[in-house]
Amino acid sequence: MSLLATLFVSFFQVGLFAFGGGLAALPLIREQVVVIHPWLTMGAFSDLVTIAEMTPGPIALNAATFVGNRVAGVPGALVATLGCITPSLIIVLLLARLYAAWRDKAAFQGVLAGLRPATVALIAAAGLSIFILAMFGEGGVSLAGLDWVSLACFALGLMALRIWKASPILVIFACGAVGAAVKLAFGI
Amino acid sequence: MRETRPGLLTLFLSVFKISAFTFGGGYVIVPLMRRRFSEELKWVAPEEMMDMIAIGQSAPGPIAVNTSILLGYRLMGLKGALVSVLGTALPPLIVLTVVSMFYDAFRESAWVAALLNAMRAGVAAVIADVVWTLAGGVFRKRRALPVALMVAAFLAVWAFKVSVVLVLLACGLAGFLDAWLRARRGGKEGAA
Repeated sequence: MSLLATLFVSFFQVGLFAFGGGLAALPLIREQVVVIHPWLTMGAFSDLVTIAEMTPGPIALNAATFVGNRVAGVPGALVATLGCITPSLIIVLLLARLYAAWRDKAAFQGVLAGLRPATVALIAAAGLSIFILAMFGEGGVSLAGLDWVSLACFALGLMALRIWKASPILVIFACGAVGAAVKLAFGI
Repeated sequence: MRETRPGLLTLFLSVFKISAFTFGGGYVIVPLMRRRFSEELKWVAPEEMMDMIAIGQSAPGPIAVNTSILLGYRLMGLKGALVSVLGTALPPLIVLTVVSMFYDAFRESAWVAALLNAMRAGVAAVIADVVWTLAGGVFRKRRALPVALMVAAFLAVWAFKVSVVLVLLACGLAGFLDAWLRARRGGKEGAA
């Protein structure tokens, strides 16, 4: 199989078996690009995780583009992304038709009524992980390790969102710019 | 009821912008889609948007991709689904291609590191805002089961590191049994 076909098949499997979003996809990507194929070293893979998490966009697609680029340039990036998306297109379009046909059935509504609160819980758990990382860095939770600048940014950002209905993208960038400027200016 | 008619260009630009500027992956992107498409554009009812997010999280693959496919399909059929997924996938392709070219400079810049670090506080605020709104909706139903599922699912994932697949299966099953029991009791009320 050519390199591009192999890339497609690898990321097709990642897209097919990653339940739970991009973070769940990372172990599958590791298996494909470090263990099964000699595309990245473990060190390069951990850089990949950092980059995929700190750039905007879905983490799995960021990872697919990065690996594709490293392995086979821009065509590789396109093929890896396409491979990652194709299973979603097939499965989710089937689900969309089921939803359209069944959305008024009590049993299907029951399943969705169970999934909705779980969805909120998953978003909350992901958010709490990010909150702790933003407030305490990699060092774990402690009062001494608390980043006061980040805490102030968080509080002001939340206020802006709740009270003035500010744009989320604006809040993220404002926190980034103000936080970074204060930290670099005072050498925190 | 709708402020504007759904159009392919607005759909594409909206998902493109969300994917291009949202740090933190699917769990942050999906709430922003809800805000854009149900609150700002009013193209889909909030309840239906939550259904799409729930289905998008339960299917394999990137959550943001799944939800954008569902949303596009619901608004404008297959054409909408393809345009929507293209809008979601293009920004990572462009951004990561550029980043992988300047990888070494990017990784060692103190400015970039400080900026990304500080942006996390903003991301945390955005998610806190979303969770506040969504959890409020769950509490307002005044039913014990959804609240219990929400708290149990949070503890399972956060404190006990249970796999997301198991949590979703268990919650879907609980909702199904609840609807079945209520139907057997003869109540004609729809499941909440």
